[in-house]
Amino acid sequence: MSPAHPERNSVVEALDPPGPGPSPVGAPTVVAAGVAARAGGRLLFEGLDATVTAGQFVAVLGPNGAGKSTFLRMLLGLHPPAAGSLTVLGERPGRRNHDIGYLPQRRSFDSSVRIRGVDLVRLGVDGHRWGTPLPLVRRLFDRARFEQEQRHLDDVVARVGATAYGQRAIGEVSGGEQQRLLIAQALVRQPRLLLLDEPLDSLDLPNQQGVAALLQQISADGVTVVIVAHDVNPILGYLDQVIYIVGGRALAGPPETVITTENLSRLYGAPIEVIRTSSGQLVVVGQPDAASFHAH
Amino acid sequence: MLTEAWAGSVAAAARLSWDLHRDLRLVLQYPFMRNAFVAGAVAALMCGAIGWFAVLRGETYAAHTLASVAFPGASGAVYLGLAPLVGYFGFAVAGAALIAWLSPLGPGGGERHSATVGAVQAMALALGFWFVSLYQGFLSSLSGFLFGSFLGVTRDDVMVLAITALLALGLLAIVGRPLLFASVDPRVAEAAGVPVRAVSLLYLILLGCAVAEASQFTGVLLVLALLVVPAATASALTARPSVGLVLSVGLALVTVWAGLAAAYFTNRPVGFWVTSVGFAGYGLARGTASVRGRWTRRVVAA
Ligand SMILES: Nc1ncnc2c1ncn2[C@@H]1O[C@H](COP(=O)(O)OP(=O)(O)O)[C@@H](O)[C@H]1O
Ligand SMILES: [Mg+2]
Repeated sequence: MSPAHPERNSVVEALDPPGPGPSPVGAPTVVAAGVAARAGGRLLFEGLDATVTAGQFVAVLGPNGAGKSTFLRMLLGLHPPAAGSLTVLGERPGRRNHDIGYLPQRRSFDSSVRIRGVDLVRLGVDGHRWGTPLPLVRRLFDRARFEQEQRHLDDVVARVGATAYGQRAIGEVSGGEQQRLLIAQALVRQPRLLLLDEPLDSLDLPNQQGVAALLQQISADGVTVVIVAHDVNPILGYLDQVIYIVGGRALAGPPETVITTENLSRLYGAPIEVIRTSSGQLVVVGQPDAASFHAH
Repeated sequence: MLTEAWAGSVAAAARLSWDLHRDLRLVLQYPFMRNAFVAGAVAALMCGAIGWFAVLRGETYAAHTLASVAFPGASGAVYLGLAPLVGYFGFAVAGAALIAWLSPLGPGGGERHSATVGAVQAMALALGFWFVSLYQGFLSSLSGFLFGSFLGVTRDDVMVLAITALLALGLLAIVGRPLLFASVDPRVAEAAGVPVRAVSLLYLILLGCAVAEASQFTGVLLVLALLVVPAATASALTARPSVGLVLSVGLALVTVWAGLAAAYFTNRPVGFWVTSVGFAGYGLARGTASVRGRWTRRVVAA
């Protein structure tokens, strides 16, 4: 485990981990060997070798269109690898999806979507199951289970700090608030692997730090967290491993060995500097994506 | 139509009074009215539930298109000497399958879906007009197809409507939760193992059945009055799925029955009344929601 940020956000304090069934720390969660990705008839990247173990916090980095989202879809079995072998939670991708929480890239709900945030979170638990549950009937006939599920739901919503607005229609809350509820939806099924596609995207800086700290804590509980990020700096301090996808190549490893001035400059084909601060943190300067982020 | 003239003379004698019991007896004294009330309840049940998903999914345009598809179905069936009901169901369901088949897959599919729906709608209306022009004699029932009529509902029709509704609602009950998931959050639903495309196709077919049922009363042009307006009213009032679904069904029922009774006493088209009652409810709900929203904001701000 990498050292956590010393300062802790209020989000993290509001919680009480919902005791998932994480795998023993150190067991491989994702094993990729020579993986290549192809989409729309184009080769996105090839030669990805990576082993992600349980409880690791991993970032997938790279410029737009590199194939980061496609890689997450490959882990879910929704996109077949063009070459190589990929194992997720000990089986081929798609077989263990009930143990995976997934947050796709940039989803937002406009104000016409009239369903509460908590309803959306609940779908993360049982949305795939057939049937039409009527809460009123369940409350009458299956009270104990209903209340237990309700408590778990409330806990997870509290954990992401969304209690105040969970009861409102999802389309009425802000983009950042929607994002927190969607993270709760991915968390609520007590996953062993969490795949988050640019979860910090629609958040302001304090919220980015809050959510990053929350994710770090989740990974400390034994859940493997794989996050696609635009700007590496808010999470750099937490990372156990990074997977860089640039220019058709993919490079995986611990941040200290992968995130170096030479590596990044070579991958991006542009001068990029990696600086170590006095507190020992890495900072990436001149990263094209990071630059575009800071511009607005 | 013969029945229409006859019923008109009957209804002219019926006067609304303050005695509700007497009014109800007056309305229900004729078998055709009793049939209409039962069939209306069945259609309301179906439209309330299926329409709620249409509003959630933003598929009101598809609903309107399926109604347009039902129009050549009904006129074609009459032209061939079949029961209009056969044409309504056959064409609405086939139209649903056609839309699902033509709709593009993949990213951006949602936006291009509406273009497909528009193309199907235009073709359907043209085809309906073609059948009408083939058969000069039935122009008198054209307004019934377009704007609705409840006088022709027979006991057999009621049976057909009830059995279809039972099947459709049974299927909806089975797919309800995954359909909700696929409607609000298709990508996560897909990852969680929901067969999103199959569920969407099934939903369009159920929508076609609901459209066929509603067309009996409201006519193909006013289907949305029963299918979408009560559901939109319910959605404006609550964001709880289960409450919204039940409320939508209840409102559809009130709309249909009030519309039928008003049509009976005024001897004016039922489609007009169903639409007016529904629209009044929708206006009230939107007004209430906006006042409530402003009030909540003020409380929060204070
Ligand atoms: N299903 C698909 N069909 C065609 N092209 C696709 C598909 N999925 C992704 N792509 C293309 O693959 C490239 C990489 O996409 P993506 O994985 O979303 O990149 P990133 O997430 O790194 O920005 C893009 O050029 C995109 O247009
Ligand atoms: Mg992406």
